Amino acid sequence: MSDVLAVAEHRRGDLRDVSLELLTAGRELADQTGGDLHAAVIGGAVDEFAEKLDREGVDRVLAVDEGEEFNHDVSLQSVEQLAAAVDPAVVLTPNSVNGLDYAPALAESLDLPYVSDAVELSIDGDELTAEREMYGSKVATTCSVDASDGVVATIRSGEWPTAEGTGDAEIESFDVEIDDSRVFSSVRGFEEVGGGDVDISEADVLVSVGRGIEEEENIDLIRDLADALDATLSASRPIVDNGWLPKNRQVGQSGKVVTPDVYIAIGISGAVQHVAGMKGSDTIVAINTDPNAPIFDIADYGIVDDLFDVVPALIEEFEG
Amino acid sequence: MKVLVTVKEVARVADDFEIEGTEVGEQYREYDLNEWDDYAIEAAVQLAEAGEDVEVVTATIGPERSEETIRMALAKGADRAIRVWDDALEDVETLDVGAKAEILAGVVEAEEPDLVLSGVQAEDDAFGGTGVALAERVGYGWAAVVNDLDLEPGGDVASVRRELEGGVEELTDVELPAVLTIQTGINEPRYASLRGIRQAQSKELDVQTLADLGIDAAAADSRIDVTEMFVPETESDAELFEGDAGESAAKLAGVLRDKGVSAE
Repeated sequence: MSDVLAVAEHRRGDLRDVSLELLTAGRELADQTGGDLHAAVIGGAVDEFAEKLDREGVDRVLAVDEGEEFNHDVSLQSVEQLAAAVDPAVVLTPNSVNGLDYAPALAESLDLPYVSDAVELSIDGDELTAEREMYGSKVATTCSVDASDGVVATIRSGEWPTAEGTGDAEIESFDVEIDDSRVFSSVRGFEEVGGGDVDISEADVLVSVGRGIEEEENIDLIRDLADALDATLSASRPIVDNGWLPKNRQVGQSGKVVTPDVYIAIGISGAVQHVAGMKGSDTIVAINTDPNAPIFDIADYGIVDDLFDVVPALIEEFEG
Repeated sequence: MKVLVTVKEVARVADDFEIEGTEVGEQYREYDLNEWDDYAIEAAVQLAEAGEDVEVVTATIGPERSEETIRMALAKGADRAIRVWDDALEDVETLDVGAKAEILAGVVEAEEPDLVLSGVQAEDDAFGGTGVALAERVGYGWAAVVNDLDLEPGGDVASVRRELEGGVEELTDVELPAVLTIQTGINEPRYASLRGIRQAQSKELDVQTLADLGIDAAAADSRIDVTEMFVPETESDAELFEGDAGESAAKLAGVLRDKGVSAE
């Protein structure tokens, strides 16, 4: 039991990038255990995906031709059977929305410990060590996990480089038997959200507002700034959750990915889910009272001060 | 119809804090209802308001202190509450997902709810696995990261939207009984009214031990230990503008103009 099983993810015809990051994480672990790295893909254009997963360091690719899109009941049963065949020390999946939708059930079904959202992983004998974050990324922890019977671990996207090159893996199709009495869900389709009056991903300059704005009526202040800078108004998740701005203004993992020339983050702490949506901006400016806010880690310019003092002064600068 | 909502009391950490061993110092922690669970409670209460004969029960694993949070859920409209605690849990620092699922499965088996609503994750440990692990353990269907729920009280299928990455939603039908993990933004959680807070005092809050639920004390043995806690290294190389708000705004304005930002 020294092999690693990495279960890739795809959606609507595309292999997701995190699948290739998963291969890097998997290879690192397999090097530590001295085992092989098995990559698996379930459903969709499995042959095409299997070719793409044949990267340097991958020993074997297992293609499970079951269904077109992700269904957690099918994924769960497929990975149960893959795990029985491979007998891995570690099963890896992305800590994505779909990872969250079956990896915990897999750990439960295989009676293995579950460690999620790892940003670093290593394994030594019966002990897997994972680094992960708590309290909204304010602290990091190192966890020791009993891996004597195996572990199910999910990795945070963007923490490992994507596996490159072309490998010489054995590509095999892997047949599974799906027990329909354990299929409780069916996917009816997909819908894009957003649309509406503006596409924030097209904007050159974004003025983005977060939880620090405190009250709905204060959004007007940020709107005034956006007007003064001839910029587009966007927001982090809590603002949209509160219904203060529509969903098409949301920047982040579950909103839009934006890459403007200038991104001005106001009262945004910089949770990892937000950063995922805006880190590609050319120039990032942060205005926040908390000097330890993670947004400053990726900002090019910053002001540590009360936004209610700084923003009116900035409006004055441009309109003055 | 019975809806069970898992409710967690979470710790929030002050902006300035100190780490003591593998914990944030107690004086820097404030306890509150987990944000995701607040949306789950609201979703349950809305189901109760939409149909007759819908009972909303909350389940919490937590010490006596967590009753304040549980009363908040009762004040928002839950009918009664179950709190599970045990001497065996007293010294456990990190209860892993498997342990939580095993304990909550004891509650599900006793209550036999038609629907279990759980927050997607807890703000503090952020494992994000309990709801889905619980579903598998009790043999229920499930859906994770639900941001829209369409369910007729008395119906046997929940039509949900799951919020995927990149602004895409998946439309899924889940057979009941089921566990749904609820994403923020699915609704607008209500504030507890004064009347609700008064009424909550007289609602049933039942405390159960592991033995009461027929669970072996070994369930408390977590397979994950936190061995180290530290503040993530800051990688900031941002140029910070100093001075009062007017001065720093002027400096920032200069940079923005250099970048081509200007009024029309």
